[in-house]
Amino acid sequence: MTLHLSTEDTDLLAGHAGPGPAMALRVVAEAARLLGAKRLVPIVSAHIDGCLYHGDSGVFFAERLVALGARVSVPATLNVGALDLMHPEIVRGDAHHETMSRRLMEAHLALGCTASWTCAPYQAGHRPALGTQVAWGESNAVAFVNSVLGARSNRYGDFLDLCCAIAGRAPYCGLHLSENRRAAMVLDITGLSEALRREEAFYPVLGALLGGVAGGEVAAIIGVPSNIGEDALKALGAGAAARGAVGLFHVVGVTPEAPDLETALQGQSPARTFKVTAEDVRAARDSLSTAQTTDGSLDCVALGSPHFSLEECRALAAFAADRRFQIPVYVCTGRHVMARLAAEDLESRLTACGVTFVVDTCVVVTPILKGVSGTMMTNSAKFAHYGRANTGYGTVFGSLKDCADSAVAGRIVRDEAIWR
Amino acid sequence: MRLAAQTLIDGRGAGEVLKLGAPISFWGGVDPASGRITAAPHPDHGAGIAGRVLVLPATIGSSSSSAILLELLRIGQAPAALILAEADAILTLGVVVAQEMGYTTIPVLCAPLAPFATGQHARIAPGGAIEIFPPT
Repeated sequence: MTLHLSTEDTDLLAGHAGPGPAMALRVVAEAARLLGAKRLVPIVSAHIDGCLYHGDSGVFFAERLVALGARVSVPATLNVGALDLMHPEIVRGDAHHETMSRRLMEAHLALGCTASWTCAPYQAGHRPALGTQVAWGESNAVAFVNSVLGARSNRYGDFLDLCCAIAGRAPYCGLHLSENRRAAMVLDITGLSEALRREEAFYPVLGALLGGVAGGEVAAIIGVPSNIGEDALKALGAGAAARGAVGLFHVVGVTPEAPDLETALQGQSPARTFKVTAEDVRAARDSLSTAQTTDGSLDCVALGSPHFSLEECRALAAFAADRRFQIPVYVCTGRHVMARLAAEDLESRLTACGVTFVVDTCVVVTPILKGVSGTMMTNSAKFAHYGRANTGYGTVFGSLKDCADSAVAGRIVRDEAIWR
Repeated sequence: MRLAAQTLIDGRGAGEVLKLGAPISFWGGVDPASGRITAAPHPDHGAGIAGRVLVLPATIGSSSSSAILLELLRIGQAPAALILAEADAILTLGVVVAQEMGYTTIPVLCAPLAPFATGQHARIAPGGAIEIFPPT
């Protein structure tokens, strides 16, 4: 398959807009060739997951683009970095790591990216319209922008998301094309109790189950209540994208490309239907608990992957009810939420309970937790998935209420009744 | 033995073959400072990939694998060549960016993996011609 470049593309490659955009487009065009795309497609938005430090070369790459005069040509938010710029003292790390992380973050700002520092940019005002072409990185953000907003992105990663944002183009293949957005399989949850399907903690678990069942396939889920909230959809997508290569799912009657099952299937028959049982749900829930704990001991609670919303902070405050936490409780969130928390006096109330706010980053990508082993309770499928490998902490999955009650008790407290 | 492979990135390279026994994510699975395989349950845990003709059944996991390969290329701890069962845009993108940065790059080829075994020597010539020599 040959890549066809437009006149505008070849002008950009020839350096008509300067050497920075030309370098970015060379990378995008090479990626398009590797992916087998026939052409490039203009994009209107980008979310860039390039600010975690993996080595000096990534810093030099971003600084090279700055030196060549590159700028992003579409609105481009930034994912988390490896520093909490608002509370730098909570991050443990060596001086080189800190210097290079800061240079990486500054280079991205110099390229014109927005200082959003969040893995939930869609809750910080970055919401591209239905049907628009975008280039987003960070697996949960990709799942959300495709599934919940109905914008079109492949699963972009290091370097390519940034180059697409500068070039204003992406390889036209995969989920950018309508036919590849068709649901190939159905995940049927109508056999589960209504109470379970109304439970917030069910959705990250359903996400983990979806990721395991669907892998990289697009699934349509039937049986989700039509009034499901955005935070539940966020948790569903994050769990699915952590466990499997899920970039898009449809929730029939809820998400914009699935007003009904036939539309999600684009009029074709599904290759398979997976009927979810209560046993499947409990098995998926248990797969999110990796800690080998028998005595109920607990070292911390970690919340906010993806970054906690204002509503989730309100819910935590309601469950905590001004009780004092006996163990550290980390709430990872973005600046967009911190500003609102202060206005509602929630920051001081939650801090008084014992919450440590982690802003611009999170406890699983940045060394913040004490020591290198322990047990962490979380209501996030994504923290549960990456917790042990990235922090050494084993995980215990629980609802947000379980997390608050456990923090107050200083040991694991779980309400099993919601899972029946 | 001679093979003709599809080139994702053209080039020249030679070294001892290391054929991985399981798929790997470079991010979290390969130490970017030494090129050693750190993925805990991986059958090749502890093996060094620097200078080897690395034969990969598949890559999995994070898109940050391209960043790890770029770092290995910068510090001279990268494999001598990558031979993949199927085209992989994420890992290969690390080599594309290395080209832009002026780092020494390596060939990336797509080929059937059956003829390869750890301990053989392999030499890759421009155009995708691979020569395999038995272990010495």
